[in-house]
Amino acid sequence: MKKYNVVTTLSYPKKGAMGKTGNWRVFRPILDKKKCVKCLRCWIYCPEATIIRNKDDSVDIDYEYCKGCGICANVCKVKAIVMEREGKKK
Amino acid sequence: MTTVMIDTGNYIAAKAAVMCKPDVVAAYPITPQTTLVEGIANYVQTGEFKGEYICVESEHSAMAACIGSSATGVRTFTGTSSHGLLLMHEMLHWAALARLPIVMCNINRVIGPGWNIWSDENDSISQRDTGWLQFYCSSNQEIFDTVIQSFKLAEHEKIQLPVMINYNAFILSHTSMPVYVPDQKEIDGFLSRRKPLWKLDVDNPVTFGNIILPAEYEKIRKDMQDAQEYAKKLIPEISKEWKQRFGRYHGDLLELYKCDNADYILLSMGAIGAESKVAIDNLQKNGYKIGLARVRTFRPFPQEEIRKLGKKANLIVIDRNISLGMEGAVFTEAKGSLYGKSDAEVYGYIAGLGGKDVTYGDIEKMCMKVMKGKAKHLEWYGFEGV
Repeated sequence: MKKYNVVTTLSYPKKGAMGKTGNWRVFRPILDKKKCVKCLRCWIYCPEATIIRNKDDSVDIDYEYCKGCGICANVCKVKAIVMEREGKKK
Repeated sequence: MTTVMIDTGNYIAAKAAVMCKPDVVAAYPITPQTTLVEGIANYVQTGEFKGEYICVESEHSAMAACIGSSATGVRTFTGTSSHGLLLMHEMLHWAALARLPIVMCNINRVIGPGWNIWSDENDSISQRDTGWLQFYCSSNQEIFDTVIQSFKLAEHEKIQLPVMINYNAFILSHTSMPVYVPDQKEIDGFLSRRKPLWKLDVDNPVTFGNIILPAEYEKIRKDMQDAQEYAKKLIPEISKEWKQRFGRYHGDLLELYKCDNADYILLSMGAIGAESKVAIDNLQKNGYKIGLARVRTFRPFPQEEIRKLGKKANLIVIDRNISLGMEGAVFTEAKGSLYGKSDAEVYGYIAGLGGKDVTYGDIEKMCMKVMKGKAKHLEWYGFEGV
């Protein structure tokens, strides 16, 4: 971290600069890999970059930072992602 | 080689700004600032101004453009007046909190309604708490010198705050006076290129003004206050260096004029400050022990200097502004500075609102009324006679 003579707000890019935002989540995206067609729409639309793109274009979800906004489930054409309430008893 | 330029306050400010080689000027015209930005536009045409001139659709946008520009680490200048300054209000706070050393001329003009373009300080006084440093000039030479000094002050590594240079509508903005203009090389010797502590840079990404928690935010405010306090030390140093290089001196935070052995000290700002010198000369000729302390910086406020004056003399304050529901702004600050440190009496006048003329004769009358013991603590001069 650089030191300056003045105090101001400068944020350098760093993973999780605002803490583990995953604990803000109310709804949790659940991915069914069998349904996924690797179109990557979820990866493109995720506003928090918490959809992890693998080498073969399959995806995973980074639950440490996913805030549960549900955009990925909304844009998924094959309904491979569904939103479930956190803490729901199965 | 120094040349003498005879021109109006606005054209002089434009000349000074261009000699500081700003990389960006973003401004929107408003009476009586118009000729300032026209002057800079003219320097674009002559090739003397080599930076970017951004035409914008409002003053809010002008300041927003200046914020963006200054954040990229380059020198930035603008000018406005009255309602234009008020439209910038949100962005003024932003510029100061983001610690961007923008320099701006504000031509003090009445706020409407009723619609009026004459001189009055209420526009800039109402920006008191934005964090900007505020100068008030009393002559075109002081405007020229202060614009150049202000870049050095604003861009100092321990200041990093924007500076507003205020001068009176028409009385200075549209009045020609001779001004000594040093050679460009001499200016370059005094003012080097801006060295930003940080900047917007795609190769080294950084976010400005991000979310911040309460305890961290408080540190930002405290640091701005510390920078304003540091400016109290730095302004006299810059004035001293200017005097050594160019032989001119307009005072530090205050300009003291014939204050030795005075029983009364007059505090005034801007063009009234210049007029006050004539009044002081006349009053001293008639045997009155009165001197002048012209308030050159309203922020930071010269608290310690006024305390010193208040130990030896009573104070008379003339304000061309009013904080409605209270009194003149300098009057309040002067009394606050003395609290617990002095038994001096302080008298305040409201004078020249709406651009009403305040001549040396008027100033003499105000001072005489106080010195004869006939003044109340707050008076409106010339409202129903003094």
